Amino acid sequence: MLRIDRSIYDKIVAHARRDHPDEACGVVAGPEGSDRPERFVEMVNAERSPTFYRFDSLEQLRVWREMDDRDEEPVVIYHSHTATEAYPSRTDISYASEPNAHYVLVSTREPDTVEFRSYRIVDGRVTEEPVEVTGADGAQ
Amino acid sequence: MAIEVRIPTILRNLTGDAKVVEGSGTTLDELIADLDSRYPGIGERLVNDGKLRRFVNVYLNDEDVRFVGGLEAKLSDGDNVTVLPAVAGGSL
Repeated sequence: MLRIDRSIYDKIVAHARRDHPDEACGVVAGPEGSDRPERFVEMVNAERSPTFYRFDSLEQLRVWREMDDRDEEPVVIYHSHTATEAYPSRTDISYASEPNAHYVLVSTREPDTVEFRSYRIVDGRVTEEPVEVTGADGAQ
Repeated sequence: MAIEVRIPTILRNLTGDAKVVEGSGTTLDELIADLDSRYPGIGERLVNDGKLRRFVNVYLNDEDVRFVGGLEAKLSDGDNVTVLPAVAGGSL
């Protein structure tokens, strides 16, 4: 299960809406081994495309080093699909290489409905997991 | 020729869980061959058909090696090499 604070959930959705129709992407860092997504980091989609995303390699190096210095890891890796459902594509699966990360997909195909789903992707196998939104307006 | 190499989580099963290893070589290609001789299997995770795999990013100090010669990039004593999984995908 992914437990995520309402404020971070909202930032991910806002980023996806803002970059629509291009795909948006980023990470939420958290203390190593904690499974707590705490620090929202919006990333540039170097592809600036409605069908692909790729972290800019130099920005990724900077962000990954920063996480290393703070003993953090990418707890959530998110991106948006802008015309299709929030389900990992074959390309998403082939690139997925953080076995400890929650892969969050947001679909912006419907302007008024939020599709926010989370997956584990390990060795090419996709497992959807429940998302629990916590904090101010969340479930808890 | 000691070069410090940072290994991402996904490849640490090949380095006995080590986050940082040392290697030697005058080019990235040689460094990868040296690493592969001690951590068998790491070479094919990084290189395919004589080219860096698109699923990985390799950095020499602060540069993406793709912009400084790829596998031919020249290395010197004290350089740092960082390997990260490329984060990419898409809806197709």
